[in-house]
Amino acid sequence: MSAQPLLRIRGLQTFYGKIQALHGVDMDVYEGEIVTLIGANGAGKSTLMMSICGDPQAREGSIEYLGENITGKPTYEIMRTGIAQSPEGRRIFPRMTVLENLLMGGMRSQPEHFEEELKRVFDLFPRLKERQHQRGGTLSGGEQQMLAIARALMSRPKLLLLDEPSLGLAPIIVKQIFEAIAELNRSDGLTVFLVEQNAYHALKLAHRGYVMVNGLITMQGSGAELLARDDVKAAYLEGGRH
Amino acid sequence: MEQSQTSFNWETLLKDAALAALIAALLAGVMLGLRVDVASGRGAELYLEYRWPLFGAAVVAVFVGRLLMGVYYALRESGQFEARKKNKSERQNVEGYLKPLFLLLAFALPFVLLATLGARGSRQYIDLATLVLTYVMLGWGLNIVVGLAGLLDLGYVAFYAVGAYSYALLAQYFGFSFWICLPLAGILAAFWGIILGFPVLRLRGDYLAIVTLAFGEIIRVVLLNWYEFTGGPDGISRIPRPSFFGLEFKRGEGGFADFFGLDYSSVHRILFLYFLILILALITNFVTMRLRRLPIGRAWEALREDEIACRSLGINTTNTKLTAFALGAMFGGFAGSFFATRQGFISPESFTFMESAVILAIVVLGGLGSQIGVVIAAVVMIGGFELFREFEEYRMLVFGLLMVVIMVWKPRGLISTRAPSVALSKNAKGISADLVEEGHG
Repeated sequence: MSAQPLLRIRGLQTFYGKIQALHGVDMDVYEGEIVTLIGANGAGKSTLMMSICGDPQAREGSIEYLGENITGKPTYEIMRTGIAQSPEGRRIFPRMTVLENLLMGGMRSQPEHFEEELKRVFDLFPRLKERQHQRGGTLSGGEQQMLAIARALMSRPKLLLLDEPSLGLAPIIVKQIFEAIAELNRSDGLTVFLVEQNAYHALKLAHRGYVMVNGLITMQGSGAELLARDDVKAAYLEGGRH
Repeated sequence: MEQSQTSFNWETLLKDAALAALIAALLAGVMLGLRVDVASGRGAELYLEYRWPLFGAAVVAVFVGRLLMGVYYALRESGQFEARKKNKSERQNVEGYLKPLFLLLAFALPFVLLATLGARGSRQYIDLATLVLTYVMLGWGLNIVVGLAGLLDLGYVAFYAVGAYSYALLAQYFGFSFWICLPLAGILAAFWGIILGFPVLRLRGDYLAIVTLAFGEIIRVVLLNWYEFTGGPDGISRIPRPSFFGLEFKRGEGGFADFFGLDYSSVHRILFLYFLILILALITNFVTMRLRRLPIGRAWEALREDEIACRSLGINTTNTKLTAFALGAMFGGFAGSFFATRQGFISPESFTFMESAVILAIVVLGGLGSQIGVVIAAVVMIGGFELFREFEEYRMLVFGLLMVVIMVWKPRGLISTRAPSVALSKNAKGISADLVEEGHG
């Protein structure tokens, strides 16, 4: 773990109009880590992720990526600096084919890398290769999630932001997807920031975790530490062990 | 197929048809059955005329029509049309066959007409074909904005007007020729496209439609009221005709006919205009099809699908929207200056909301984003419009009926398949249409 975090967030405050969603969040993501953010519905997890992407933009505080302040930059510039995102609800392009979806993800990178990246994501998710000419909208939920992650990977990111990849998926598919994330981290050294409601799986996968309540970070620690804590268990894990 | 397998729920079907007939009766009773007229003879007395046969015919027509529709849906659900569906993958290539056919037809049409009907008789048909092609070009231009980028534009006619007035005014004040004005008109229209684009960047769907509608009206009202500059309702007349590389279509020395050693004929200019708009339209199509395979074109389509996802992939949605608006407007501008040079006279009356609606209808009926669909829709709508000019009263009725039929039968427009813009392996052509075709819903 290097001393300089890849992503450094300090005192972040985000508002929707007059309503404050984040009340001063501090967070660090180091290179090569999987960091997860768990919390209940409406805690502000997705807002934090979207604030990193600059949509909505933070009103107070700072977000530094590779030592550079990216707060206040337009989304499309942030997404070209080596950060990629698989947004909440997957948001694949339903009328475009799988291949076209992937092409959209690789639009900002060099064309000569395209084939190489394509091979990499097809190796990771062989299902996508089988269905490369199929319309995105005709894929199953799990395949769509794979496509959303693969699309994000096409830009060869340093930091991958994943917003609830397990949402609405069968446990077996969730397992597959989490294994793929672990594999990406292990073999390619990809840094992953994972927002999840599925706290048990997320904490098992992650090196470190943060717990968010009402727009504030209330607990942090290694994944194993958080899993072992009684208050975390009571709040997020009861009945969640599936 | 066994007949016994399909059992209709006649009761529901009849009930449904009866209900439709009842609604028709309520409407037709007032609109068709009764008629107030001014009595001829002395005094202007009003009297009421009863037209029950007409009323009865309308009600029966609705009843039978609704019943047939119900039977059709029942048949479709029971799988009677299953066999036909298998041919879908063949039908997917329909665009592939139609394109060269249409192209050949478009180039050969005027000569075929000339040969069969003679110079005098074919003139009106070549004129009509020119008009259809103008709408094809407008449809293709609007297709960039509405079909590809998914930005609903109800004021497209504004750019058509900007193009037409650009040429007319530049010719009037500076004496510029058509060929200098054509690119200028395109640039000016694109400029106005960007002007409109900026304030509406944040808007989508209904809100965007309202603002573009207002924009179209603003342009028209300005043209109507700026009397000193645009001539207001009087319009601009004596707009110069285009020349063939400097050769004018005129009688005598130095004219087109003289130069090529032909006998002078007024058909030359008509033919020239036809091919001019054909080439302009084909350029529009070519540029659009090329752009679709480039990052910018793909970004338009992605924008139509999901704007938030676009932004999360590092696409500058602002620029993407502006280029779509500007490019669509530019082709509208080209078509506008062609319109001005063809008519020789323009006034704000030619650029009403009705025009926008017709162009949009062509794009929607043809199938959003489908280039060939636009051609078919333009031929059917504009051609049909003009051919049935004599049946003035029933024209709009048929037009409305046609729209309803198409929307019931093909809710996504005539050509609803979307050809992928990229394929890796060669066998990609064999993808079943079921995988790429848009579903209903």
